[in-house]
Amino acid sequence: MKTVINNYIREEMFPNMWCPGCGNGIVLGAIIRAIDDLSWDKDKIVAVSGIGCSSRITGYVDFCTMNTTHGRALPFATGIKMANPDLKVIVVMGDGDCSAIGGNHFIHAARRNIDLTAIIINNMIYGMTGGQYSPLTPTGKYGSTAPYGNIDQSFDLVELAIAAGASYVARGTVYNPRQSTSLIKNALDKKGFSVVEIISDCPVSYGKMNKMKSPADMLKWIKDITVSKKVWEGFSPDEKKGKYAIGEFLSKDRPDYTELYEEIIKKAQERGGNK
Amino acid sequence: MNNLEKKKNIKLLQGNEACAEGALLAGVRFFAGYPITPSSEIAENMAFKLPKIGGKFIQMEDEIASMAAVIGASIAGLKSLTATSGPGMCLKQENLGFAIINEIPCVVVNAQRGGPSTGLPTKPSQGDMMQARWGTHGDHPIIALAPSTVNEILTLTIKAFNLSEKYRIPVILLLDEVIAHMREKVEIPAPEDIEVINRKKPTVPPEEYLPFKPDEDGVPPMANFGEGYRYHITGLIHDHKGLPTSNSQEIDAFIRRLHNKIQKSIKDIIIYQKYSLDDANIALIAYGSVARAAERTVKLAREEGLKVGLLKLLTIWPFCFEEVNKLAQQVDLIIVPEMNLGQMVLEVERAAQGKCRVVPYGRVDGELINPIEILGKIREEIRK
Repeated sequence: MKTVINNYIREEMFPNMWCPGCGNGIVLGAIIRAIDDLSWDKDKIVAVSGIGCSSRITGYVDFCTMNTTHGRALPFATGIKMANPDLKVIVVMGDGDCSAIGGNHFIHAARRNIDLTAIIINNMIYGMTGGQYSPLTPTGKYGSTAPYGNIDQSFDLVELAIAAGASYVARGTVYNPRQSTSLIKNALDKKGFSVVEIISDCPVSYGKMNKMKSPADMLKWIKDITVSKKVWEGFSPDEKKGKYAIGEFLSKDRPDYTELYEEIIKKAQERGGNK
Repeated sequence: MNNLEKKKNIKLLQGNEACAEGALLAGVRFFAGYPITPSSEIAENMAFKLPKIGGKFIQMEDEIASMAAVIGASIAGLKSLTATSGPGMCLKQENLGFAIINEIPCVVVNAQRGGPSTGLPTKPSQGDMMQARWGTHGDHPIIALAPSTVNEILTLTIKAFNLSEKYRIPVILLLDEVIAHMREKVEIPAPEDIEVINRKKPTVPPEEYLPFKPDEDGVPPMANFGEGYRYHITGLIHDHKGLPTSNSQEIDAFIRRLHNKIQKSIKDIIIYQKYSLDDANIALIAYGSVARAAERTVKLAREEGLKVGLLKLLTIWPFCFEEVNKLAQQVDLIIVPEMNLGQMVLEVERAAQGKCRVVPYGRVDGELINPIEILGKIREEIRK
């Protein structure tokens, strides 16, 4: 059966390399539906990713695509967007990719408020390399490098993105694909740096090591640990422990970096600068 | 007005300024960098001049990001430059490999300072010659050029961009702190007198475009992102479509092609200059700021009746194997003065194949090698 998805994928790349039950396909579907809703020209879309299971998304979509180095997708995307601001640049990262090795790039892309859409598929683990703990693995959970439980405190990407200066920040889950599609659509449509974290499942690594053997177990778990932003706001600090708020957290209008640089060009051409 | 009547545009420029000037003449429109001594003036010049011509400058959060941004901008169609020194060059290696495997044109300047590590930020060195060749992992080709005067910095920066665009490979421009910071008279050529080479574009419609299928010269035509050619770029070994492959025949052919596209055109890439070599029985082989001293040594030695000549290397990588091999058959002794404890001398030895004596002369105290000490080394070796 052909669906809207078929208009946007490289069919020769399928079947994909993801494990059965992986949430990446749900996110891929959400991204494609969001783009289709916006009726964007495929020739003007660039999708950039780093390294990891989630980053393989760029190989499956029929845009200009780039599977770059680990953690560096955002600076590559920054160069593309600066060089040609007419391009719509989407960056897909995993949790380790974005928040560990790429953490500094993430906060600086947000600080610059450059017009990119960052989609972080957060399965709370390094899936491709065999289930090592990431900066988004919850404290106390297990990983192949945390055989006695993770003692690290995890990042809250939503708070990090807001503090660093992003224009749009949201969180969805693979249990709520319709909501995730609409959050991604809003993010794509927003000028400036937009961040959407999608909580996802890795039954093979995370699930196996944390007593959730089937994909369905993991999806139920994701349902249990997430609450709407509104409910979250009424929670006591104790109730918030181990839970994630989902929804839209920030949407503000601020000039993006490429617009500001156009002003620099004007200034340089009119006045000659301070040299 | 003919060429003779044309007023020459002569300026007193610092090496780093000349690099910026050359890049602009070559058509650079994007710079991403991170401050580091002794290269920062290149970034400062770019920040000032690029927006005047509609180009873009960005100071990134580190050198890893700078290299990534430069590659991104190049894929989106702008000729791109970054500049750094040793510690930053280490950080650039990761994405330099990405540019090599995806054949993305760009120019990377390394104004060498003493190392290892923080080393000697304000003193010259030629300690990164082998890093330029093998700094990023994997079996890869590279082009590296090393000017020895401020004027050469300008002309070789243009050359670096041209080679990079023509062969779709990052080109490293190796300066050292001395020539990066010294000021010299530079003749700035008129734009119409400069050869500027741009990457070749696909001539087929998008549905027929294979982004990594080479032409006869080994170089695939390059479509910029946004021009209607939708394709994939990956740091994984890829097939003609740009999609990852694990087919051993395709892998082998791909890696060999990356090397062969440079080997095939080696005569176009390798540049050197000869001084007083015709009748020489002793040769100096030098590059960068040391070549200036070596040139002077040749004059001093000739005044003493010693038949000394100089082979000045402007292209460092690929190495001018054939020329050095020929030279080794002509002379009895080759001395290689360099500001390290023997890097390019290893290549010279390999190329000489035992046909003459090859002797290193190294200095690593942060001071420039001077003509008298090279002359001293010649006298010492003659006595042996």
